[in-house]
Amino acid sequence: MTVGIPSPPPSSRSRSATEKELDRLFEGTALTFALFILLLLVAIGLLVLVQAWPAVKEYGLSFLWTSAWNPVEGRQAFGVLPMVYGTLLTSALSLLIAVPLGLGTALFLSENFIPLKIRTVLVFLVELLAAIPSVVYGLWGIFVLIPALKWCFGLFGVSFTGPSILAASLVLSVMILPIITAISRDSLAALPPELRQGSYGLGATRWGTIFRVLIPAAISGIVGGVMLALGRAMGETMAVTMLVGNANTISSSLLQPGNTIASLLANQFAEAKGIQVAALMYAAFILVILTLIVNILADWIVRKLQAKYD
Amino acid sequence: MIEPGLRRIVESIMNPTSIANDVVLRAKDCDIYYGAYRAVRDVSVDIPQHKVTAFIGPSGCGKSTVLRCFNRLNDLIEVFHLKGKMTYHGQDLYAADVDPVEVRRRIGMVFQKPNPFPKTIYDNIAYGPRISNYQGDMDELVETSLRRAALWDEVKDKLQESGFSLSGGQQQRLCIARTIAVQPEVVLMDEPCSALDPISTLKVEELMKELIQDYTIIIVTHNMQQATRVADYTAFFNAEVVEGAGGKVGYLAEFDETQKIFSDPVQPETRDYVTGRFG
Repeated sequence: MTVGIPSPPPSSRSRSATEKELDRLFEGTALTFALFILLLLVAIGLLVLVQAWPAVKEYGLSFLWTSAWNPVEGRQAFGVLPMVYGTLLTSALSLLIAVPLGLGTALFLSENFIPLKIRTVLVFLVELLAAIPSVVYGLWGIFVLIPALKWCFGLFGVSFTGPSILAASLVLSVMILPIITAISRDSLAALPPELRQGSYGLGATRWGTIFRVLIPAAISGIVGGVMLALGRAMGETMAVTMLVGNANTISSSLLQPGNTIASLLANQFAEAKGIQVAALMYAAFILVILTLIVNILADWIVRKLQAKYD
Repeated sequence: MIEPGLRRIVESIMNPTSIANDVVLRAKDCDIYYGAYRAVRDVSVDIPQHKVTAFIGPSGCGKSTVLRCFNRLNDLIEVFHLKGKMTYHGQDLYAADVDPVEVRRRIGMVFQKPNPFPKTIYDNIAYGPRISNYQGDMDELVETSLRRAALWDEVKDKLQESGFSLSGGQQQRLCIARTIAVQPEVVLMDEPCSALDPISTLKVEELMKELIQDYTIIIVTHNMQQATRVADYTAFFNAEVVEGAGGKVGYLAEFDETQKIFSDPVQPETRDYVTGRFG
């Protein structure tokens, strides 16, 4: 078989050397930016680790499971267990509250329960929730939420002092709500309309369509949003500091004060010196690792779910 | 005094839409509105049982819109409303006490673009029966549905794989299998082959001929050869520009046996369309 002469391209104009050079330049620039982010991340991690090194040497891994936190000179003892406990507990609690609420809001806003115009306004309002500074959330917690909780618990004769794991978790849940709602709504709205029609066409109810088709199809986006929210909850500092009570103890009651790593750092850094700085840095490093684990876990879950549905 | 038999023949000549004796779906003087805009006007058509009825016509003439009215899928569009009467075995489809979900279980739909759910092949088929609380043997139903859709041999070894792993033609047959798994009486098909290659198209067409023994099929198609190949009856829709109405208004131009529509239509516009003079 002979190879025919290929017909000339529709335009005889060939790309000039400068054009090709520009392409390469663009590629290089993008690569540099991407590497910069990577470098930044590594630098932060290394810096924290280097500063934490004295404490790492001193306390080793037992830092993770001891509860003493005593910065008094001569009697120094540092253990981060109550703060890890507080961090994980407040995050988990806030997720427990915010996930159903956020997913419900997202569904409501992506379905046509109400006219589009009102929906658009509501979507905007939810996103506005994310724009409120965390110190304002803290103040709201102190002046509105805690008095309200006090009154509520008072009805049942339960004494409630105020700053506590519960108060912090509740405010955290409000703070992460817009993240979960916005991302879930986006992934639900991005589903092809054929999916919905296909389900309705088979005689599915709206309820069945939402829970058996739409949520499973959007699950990777929803989980992604939840994990992002979890990251935010774990790292949130200001509002939590104002509400959590900052007590370095492990208490089984949610009504008792506790502490989180981020809150610990915010409270103690200003006056810390010597080995305490190192201990705080060690705690910060642990927070970074915790967040990293959460992110890896999230990625793994999203992959697992996608593999199931794609 | 005319003989009754003769009278029927005379009537059928006078009013060709009354040829069919077993009418499943009937539209009577239907106008379809989107808000104030009338998209389709004056549709009166009788869909005969166990036959394939094709809706043909140029783009934007409202064939799909009319089709979607039959299983109330247009309800999803907020501004949609219907004037006139649509009946299913004499029952008004748009009566206040009619549950659209119930309607859609009896009148299934296959869409233009294959739209399998992001689930396994098995679950795609089982979805409909599950939501309508099917009590029988699910494995058996899945197999029968896939066999009827001429897909079983191609997928029997990978029922637990995703529906998206199939080719476009297979996906469309999966969607047909999914629709017949709920055992509807009528299957509406909205250009089911427009996204398919000729071989897959042929398979779907053969499938329709198989299914017609148990189902009534309405198919919207842009492909006139397809209409002549599969349809017993054909409805030709056309559209006209109406001044001040904000766009085109579709209407039913002619409805008759397919053979008559394509060889000896009454309306000149039908003749022009089927001979390819416009559209």
